[in-house]
Amino acid sequence: MTEIAAQSPGVNKPGAQAPTRVPPALGMRGITKQFPGVLANDHIDLDVRPGEIHALLGENGAGKSTLMNILYGLVQPDEGEVLIDGEVVRISGPANAIARGIGMVHQHFMLVPVFTVTENIVLGDETMANPIVLDTKKADGQIRALAEQFNFQIDPGALVGELSVGIQQRVEILKALYRGARILILDEPTAVLTPQETVEIFAVLRRLAAEGTSIVFISHKLYEVLAIADRITVIRRGRVVGEADPKTASEEDLAEMMVGREVSLTVEKGPATPGDVVLAVDGLSVADDRGSVVVQDCSFEVHAGEILGIAGVAGNGQAELVEAIVGLRRAASGSTDLAGTDVTNHSVRELTERGLAYIPGDRQRFGLVLSYPVDDNLILTDYYKQPYSRFGVLNERAISARAEELIPAFDIRTPSATVSASTLSGGNQQKVIVAREFSRDVTVLVADQPTRGLDVGSIEFIHKQIVAKRDSGAAVLLVSAELDEIMELSDRIAVMYRGRLVATLDAAGAEKERVGLIMATGQASSPDEEGAA
Amino acid sequence: MTEASAPAGGGMGGMSVNATALVGSGGGWRQQLVGTAIAVVLGLVVGALLILLSSALSEEGFDPRLPFTAYAALLEGSLGSLRGIGNTLNATTPLILTGLSVAFAFRAGLFNIGAQGQFFVGAFVAAVVGAWIGLPFPLLLLLSLFMGFIGGAAWGFIPGVLKAWRGAHEVVVTIMLNSIAALGLNLLASTWFKDPGASFPRTPDVHPEAVLPILIEGTKMHAGIIVALLAAIVVWFVLFKSTLGFEIRTTGANPNAARYAGIRPSFIIVLTMSIAGGLAGIAGAVEILGITKNYPAEYNTTYGFDGIAVALLGRVHPFGVVGAALLFGILRSGAGAMQRATDIPIDIIFIVQGAIILFVAAEPFLRKSFRARRRTAPRGAAPAGGVA
Amino acid sequence: MSATTAPVTRGRIRISRAWAVTLGVTAGLLALLVVLGYGPAMADLVVWFVEFLLSRPYIILGFAVPIAYGALCGVMNERSGVVNIGIEGMILSAAFTGFLTGAYLNPVIGDVPAALVGVVVAVLTAMLLSTLHAWLSITVMADQIISGTVINILALGGTAYFNQLLISTADVTGAPTLQGLTLPEALVDIPVLGPLINAVFGQGPIQASLIFAVILLQFMLFRSRWGLRTRAVGEHPKAADTVGINVIRTRYRNVILGGAFAGLAGAYLTLESVGSFQDGMTAGVGFIALAAMIFGRWTPIGAFGAALLFGGARTLGQAVQIDAPPGQIGEWIASWPAQIFGMFPYILTIIVLAGVVGRAIPPAADGIPYDKEAN
Repeated sequence: MTEIAAQSPGVNKPGAQAPTRVPPALGMRGITKQFPGVLANDHIDLDVRPGEIHALLGENGAGKSTLMNILYGLVQPDEGEVLIDGEVVRISGPANAIARGIGMVHQHFMLVPVFTVTENIVLGDETMANPIVLDTKKADGQIRALAEQFNFQIDPGALVGELSVGIQQRVEILKALYRGARILILDEPTAVLTPQETVEIFAVLRRLAAEGTSIVFISHKLYEVLAIADRITVIRRGRVVGEADPKTASEEDLAEMMVGREVSLTVEKGPATPGDVVLAVDGLSVADDRGSVVVQDCSFEVHAGEILGIAGVAGNGQAELVEAIVGLRRAASGSTDLAGTDVTNHSVRELTERGLAYIPGDRQRFGLVLSYPVDDNLILTDYYKQPYSRFGVLNERAISARAEELIPAFDIRTPSATVSASTLSGGNQQKVIVAREFSRDVTVLVADQPTRGLDVGSIEFIHKQIVAKRDSGAAVLLVSAELDEIMELSDRIAVMYRGRLVATLDAAGAEKERVGLIMATGQASSPDEEGAA
Repeated sequence: MTEASAPAGGGMGGMSVNATALVGSGGGWRQQLVGTAIAVVLGLVVGALLILLSSALSEEGFDPRLPFTAYAALLEGSLGSLRGIGNTLNATTPLILTGLSVAFAFRAGLFNIGAQGQFFVGAFVAAVVGAWIGLPFPLLLLLSLFMGFIGGAAWGFIPGVLKAWRGAHEVVVTIMLNSIAALGLNLLASTWFKDPGASFPRTPDVHPEAVLPILIEGTKMHAGIIVALLAAIVVWFVLFKSTLGFEIRTTGANPNAARYAGIRPSFIIVLTMSIAGGLAGIAGAVEILGITKNYPAEYNTTYGFDGIAVALLGRVHPFGVVGAALLFGILRSGAGAMQRATDIPIDIIFIVQGAIILFVAAEPFLRKSFRARRRTAPRGAAPAGGVA
Repeated sequence: MSATTAPVTRGRIRISRAWAVTLGVTAGLLALLVVLGYGPAMADLVVWFVEFLLSRPYIILGFAVPIAYGALCGVMNERSGVVNIGIEGMILSAAFTGFLTGAYLNPVIGDVPAALVGVVVAVLTAMLLSTLHAWLSITVMADQIISGTVINILALGGTAYFNQLLISTADVTGAPTLQGLTLPEALVDIPVLGPLINAVFGQGPIQASLIFAVILLQFMLFRSRWGLRTRAVGEHPKAADTVGINVIRTRYRNVILGGAFAGLAGAYLTLESVGSFQDGMTAGVGFIALAAMIFGRWTPIGAFGAALLFGGARTLGQAVQIDAPPGQIGEWIASWPAQIFGMFPYILTIIVLAGVVGRAIPPAADGIPYDKEAN
């Protein structure tokens, strides 16, 4: 069962724990949970000491969230036990977990957008004026006091749906603290935060830990985990593969534990040989679904044979920018040129026929029809063309033939071409999309978060494919919230901040910290970084 | 973290029905057929229980064989004679068409509760065209049928446009339009289009050239059944073999991916609702041209509404719809004979119908809990690499 | 969730766009008519209608009762996240069982007790059907539109079946109807206020309790703990679950309790309004109730207002038949066929849905079954 972990001083094999005199605040022993088709947790042991920030590191799908859902009572384990302060407890549900001092801040916030901050925080444990009526004023006061205690700036009467993501997260944390949480679980807390907000939340966590709260910090981000944690437990495919000491372990060690083999964090990439401008965006402004302008006056160019990476924290307009370029959203003003032709607000179909390939940020939304078989998904954008359609009738033989070609070519792991796409793993679903998009004649590739939620093996594969497309002459526009991905793949980097492109720089000389700072502040510091490309 | 692909419920605020949740719930079509058959049997059992109840309450005393007598009379009346078969097929015909109407719309993710109103509009238009226009047979008949399609399509177009353009949920809009159609056509048939010589308010009889010919001597079985079966084949072909059908099904399964595929959901919605309306309109036209020969102001059949039940029982598949329509047609046409033989009110067939749909709707759940009780889930490590 | 989320309404009492636009358009039309010289004709008409209403205000309220109670049922359901188009069937079934009980018990225990027991039975019937709807929607997780349709089919068939079986054969005369309080002359004679008080209290207990039910539900929904939790379950059930609220139980409870309102609507039809039952006598009132609920933005008070509006249109239709309205416009309106008045609620709802409230925002989780294991 145990793999050979990297021979590095900071890494322990499971079972070899230092003896402690004080019982850990939280203990999980032999936790096992089976879901249909998947063993999510396989005899997992975990110890968290009081006042410790303990990171739970693992890829998506490794079982971290399941483990925490068990701790929070949302799910019952098949085997194993949970101990709090050394005593075995049974957590029957969230109410029970809360009563025992466990608080959870979920990755997807559990906030009701149409409720106020106060209503969200007190929900389930409301301040009452009498057995029936709520005492809103008193509750507002309580929340305000609690917030001040932790130096949060929060307006209790604000509607949560109108708050920024960082503030919403604080509301989530306040929710847990309001109920007296001593064990705080944070599930991928920095997924949607700016680097600045991340720094702030880390400060909050350290303060809480100093006051004795135990914190479990779930993440798949190596550098963050090394920055914040006191101890790291690595989980892979439902099992604990080892512990690490952040003071001594390196990113490579952790990555290898997460994946189980030598992982190169950088992709082999030759220098770019850029040709003509293929994609030119000029003064593009785009509004979101509610009508607010979220992309302001963006201009940039992408040459054939180069990768332009747009970095930025999710939520700064990238999704809308991409949708506008691809034809899925109206551009309010400005223009998009494809190989010299103005295609602003033209149909998606026209763009794909002109050589646009698109890997959507939300693959289950835009990229696939989950209930359709794999072969139908592979021709989703080509169904109307010969040979798949003739005189308005589908040619099933041609469709099957195509699937038989593409499945091995793109290493799509599926029992057959006719199973529904929903049975595929995330990585293979993405490969279906890649197979479909890349097998066209691609002049421009727009890749939006192409490896979100994927396992390391799939990430490698897709990165290789993207570089190969670049080398074959396509212009690649890469949009990603993962700064590492941008730094790895891009030839040039642009930073998007609050809807504007605030900097463009060559990847060769760029430093990650510099780019991160621009992402966070929107301030480009030196003249050579400003302006459009 | 992958989101669960939960079937989108038919909420009021704009979420459309995911037809595949209805269709593809576990197992291939063979398994679905078994499930459907069980639902039918259970529905008949409910009917039988009610018959026993009515027997217990009646003055003649309790007769435990009454359900069998009743059902036997029902089958005898519907299938036991050539005439009976003719009536059964006549009852089946509009059910096929309204069932196709609802099923077709389902595939695009739309809930067509408006088949009732579309049926009436199609019926009225056909009645008027058939009565006022002079053309030889079969031209007048075909024209009347066609205009019935157009009429129903127009009534389906309205909710389609409202949904595509304003996001108005088609469930409520079509429910409203049903009532508007009934009232409005009532008005038209009792005033401007009224037959002056009739004993109750109705449109004039259609010309003989517009009447659907009887297929078999000695029965009342009219050619409408041919129209219905043709329609089923056409709908099947369009949905599953044509490019348009691919676009419709994609729109229903995932409107966002459909947009990326270059499909325009608004266009599909309007087109689908119009075609669905047209199908229900033909159903109405067939009823007029084959049975009533005119449009009564107080026209009050439930064929449009029953189409929903037929579509559900038929698993929103054209061939399933034909089968389900036949079943309900048998119930409908045999009910009169059953009432004559046993005094059981014909309304019981609606209870049976409702019960069958109830069991169809509950089927995936019942199957899951039945299976869970029969054997315990196997333990042990499942091969990793499944759902990430 | 991005930083630029749209403003969201609190759902408290505020003039919804639907009302604002309706009032605005009406005012605009009236102004136009005045400009065109129809001023005096309109004034005559208005005076006539107001006089009619004041002499018989119970009519509007009477028409509004089943609509409003049906809408309250809908509000209870949908605020918890369950779509219910089976209200029509629930009202019909309740009307039938209430009638049956009242008619059978009348000779046995007297008219008022029989009617009261009938009301109880009607309410229980509707709650039973609501339980079925709840089971199908929440536990079975069937499509909620289908569940509602099943209830409508079963109700239509069931009531007709048992009507035939039990009523026509037996010697059943009508059911007793509940009367209202007889108010002192002096009270009723007070201008304006008197007839209104009579409309509320002088007609029958179900009609009288409507206003209180509306106010109570409005208050409970927005100021009580139950209301907060209910709305949380309807907007974001997962969030409610994670703070320990039992989503399933909350939904079951609210759907079943909501059925009580539908039961009252049905009881009103046969035990307070007319003392008889006809097959399909609800004639779509359950669907008008849905329209009222949407028009009223899923709030009890809004739904009540919409019910009054719809009742008002129907009253106008009746008024022109009882009492000839004066003036040019009046005569023109009197010439409209009866069906036009019947169509008002439906047309109005479509206009509202299409024009103004086209993107009406129901509770966010409305219609989506809650799956605990889904993550």
